[in-house]
Amino acid sequence: MEAAGPDVIIANATGCLEVFTTRFPRSSWQVPWIHSLFENPASVASGIEVALKALGREDEAKVIAQAGDGGTADIGMGAFSGMLERGHNILYVCYDNEAYSNTGFQRSGLTPKDALTTTSPAGPTSWGNLTRKKDLPAIVAAHGAAYIATSSVGYPVDITRKVKKALTFTGPKYLQIHCPCVPGWGIESAISVRMARYAINSGLYPIFEMEYGKITKVRKIKKEDLVGVEEYLKPQKRFAHLYKYPGGEEHIKAIQAAADANIEKYGLLAE
Amino acid sequence: MRRILEGSQAVAESVAMCRPKVVCAYPITPQTHIVEGLARLVAEGRLDAQYVLVEAEFSAASVVLGASATGARAYTATSSQGLLLMTEVIFNIAGMRLPVVMTVANRAVSAPINIWNDQQDSMSLRDCGWIQMYAEDIQEACDMHIQAFTIAEELNIPVMVCMDGYILTHAMEPVEVPEQEHVDAYLPPFKPKFYLTPKDPITLGSMAGPDAYMEIRLLLHQSMQRASFTIREEANRFEEAFGRSYGDLLGSYRAEDAELLLVSMGSLLGTMKDAVDELRDGGHPVGIVKVRTVRPFPRTQLHDALADARIVGVIEKDISLGLEGILCSEIRSAFCGAARTPNISSFVVGLGGRDVTVDNIKDIALGLLSDDTCRVEVAGIDHEVLWSAHSEEE
Amino acid sequence: MKPMFGVVVQPGTTRDQKKTGWRIYRPRFKQKDCIGCLDCLRSCPDGAVYQIDKKKFDSDMDACKGCGVCADLCPVDDIDMELEEQQ
Ligand SMILES: Cc1ncc(C[n+]2csc(CCOP(=O)(O)OP(=O)(O)O)c2C)c(N)n1
Ligand code: SF4
Ligand code: SF4
Ligand SMILES: [Mg+2]
Repeated sequence: MEAAGPDVIIANATGCLEVFTTRFPRSSWQVPWIHSLFENPASVASGIEVALKALGREDEAKVIAQAGDGGTADIGMGAFSGMLERGHNILYVCYDNEAYSNTGFQRSGLTPKDALTTTSPAGPTSWGNLTRKKDLPAIVAAHGAAYIATSSVGYPVDITRKVKKALTFTGPKYLQIHCPCVPGWGIESAISVRMARYAINSGLYPIFEMEYGKITKVRKIKKEDLVGVEEYLKPQKRFAHLYKYPGGEEHIKAIQAAADANIEKYGLLAE
Repeated sequence: MRRILEGSQAVAESVAMCRPKVVCAYPITPQTHIVEGLARLVAEGRLDAQYVLVEAEFSAASVVLGASATGARAYTATSSQGLLLMTEVIFNIAGMRLPVVMTVANRAVSAPINIWNDQQDSMSLRDCGWIQMYAEDIQEACDMHIQAFTIAEELNIPVMVCMDGYILTHAMEPVEVPEQEHVDAYLPPFKPKFYLTPKDPITLGSMAGPDAYMEIRLLLHQSMQRASFTIREEANRFEEAFGRSYGDLLGSYRAEDAELLLVSMGSLLGTMKDAVDELRDGGHPVGIVKVRTVRPFPRTQLHDALADARIVGVIEKDISLGLEGILCSEIRSAFCGAARTPNISSFVVGLGGRDVTVDNIKDIALGLLSDDTCRVEVAGIDHEVLWSAHSEEE
Repeated sequence: MKPMFGVVVQPGTTRDQKKTGWRIYRPRFKQKDCIGCLDCLRSCPDGAVYQIDKKKFDSDMDACKGCGVCADLCPVDDIDMELEEQQ
């Protein structure tokens, strides 16, 4: 968040970020910061933005809303859609760790297919999460947002650049940051950033920018960085069942096919 | 200036005179005419405010929360299902000590779906940490909004102004509309005690664990108790400025030497006054105690106002299902440990817009005078409807 | 603004929390083969890594939680994770 500078006001959702940073009477936040509820940071940020306007203080601060994937794609979807539709000058940042981490890693609308969560366990009748990951950037694009980008903690410089760039646009902006959740994904903390990079370099998590509905930039995967999805899946306990039960290979194949399709669709391979 | 106005329009004009900077609401019958009125005032350039069109009440409440936290005077309005949808945010606004003002155009809650008046909506949210005031007529509703902003901003507690749907929101009455300069003199511009700004960053809405949560709730509870003084002061200051008075936390009507005191809130009081006039003419010692403020609950004042009566009948348009009228239970609590307790009975009336007539009130009063046994009654039931609505399986 | 009603909290008050006790491992920056790629500096989740020279880095033991991300990423294996000494 340093990228945004000190002149910001942040509206946060309930989730890991909020709970860890603000236990009374302490706070990590150096900037004005408000947390209201799980599902309303988009609306609270809207209120902040209009209040700044109404009070003639719009130059005082940029307004940023922050939430997890659950807070954004599921329970806060209506409020988020309203914020986008009204065209508020707000940067909305979604921290996508692909589940409800704060409550112990339950499934969200951004949980990828076949991933285990505590509410989508695997067993003889299930391969984990049965549905595919919701294409949230496309939904945001359909609202006509000014700027949309995906990014990842695998490449912090990319996040910084995109926050800065986003803030140069007027109107609603959306940044979705892929963040591994160490306990939820079942990985060693040491490899979390490497896992985030594998998600990108396998094609599973395309990193791109959109301006006014058109893709303007994608993060290309260098030939030497390209990995198969298994490099990404195998170290994660949430995909361990794919290696344990017969038939898992088919699922892994399907995941590889999805990654290949992304590579094709977004033109992710560097020449 | 005296004008004939619809209740909602009169309230919209009064709210506009309070110069809110952010207005955000979602339409629901019977609140709609208020927010439509405000939208018109903004469009005509008569109210300099941001009017935000949201996708649901949940967001309406969240927007005024954000706006208030940023230092803007913020207003919203709703009814019934809308209020219930807002519930989570309503508690949050109070917990964050944001001085938002909201009108509740009282309406029944679903199911069965019903758009007509009763007070089950706001009464079921009485414990959310908002000051709750109930207006008897359109003039009081208008004036109550002006007082509400001063009370909220003085105490950093949000205020809900409750007015009966249709009966007050849709009725036409002559209303004394104050001059803008008088309202400005009474209600100065909002000076927030804290607000979000990079110039002096604060953290709002942090988590509090078992080590601090109770203390923070206690601070709100204590402020709520102190609100009694502020409400009384504002009632006096308002009377000095505008010459109109409605009582402070309570009001009364022909209560002197009454053997039977009827208690209620909201527009029902008008009907009750007519009934009491007729009863007094017939020589029956009946009076009225009016509850203006349900939160903070005026416990000692109610005790003092009712203690000399032999019988108390609490007539209200809400019900705690499985118990009795909500106000009645609370009034009973005012007599806990008292030396002398009147016989207190609960009468639930007028749910879902069921008409309550002068005769209904007289029946209740005469019934209590002839038999003062404490009881709980859901009054005005049509037994034919009741029988036809439900048949037990053999 | 002062603390108020228990709801207004001062910013930046967690800095004084030390994380020393959380660690099982601690990174040791060997400062031998470093190529100055900056991966450790940029990816440390706690901002504990600091730069001494173009190809010389170390970690602030008051801020480091010993997660091992820096050691995992270092392309030239110039960071070791070692068992924290028991106090
Ligand atoms: C209305 C409501 N329902 C449920 C919860 C419980 N809850 C708090 S955070 C959370 C999940 C958060 O998931 P996400 O938005 O992905 O954020 P993360 O914790 O993963 O960062 C849930 C279910 C809540 N606080 N409020
Ligand atoms: S071990 Fe983790 S916290 Fe410590 S310096 Fe390395 S990356 Fe930072
Ligand atoms: S990751 Fe390794 S090579 Fe890169 S800067 Fe850090 S110590 Fe040097
Ligand atoms: Mg999440």
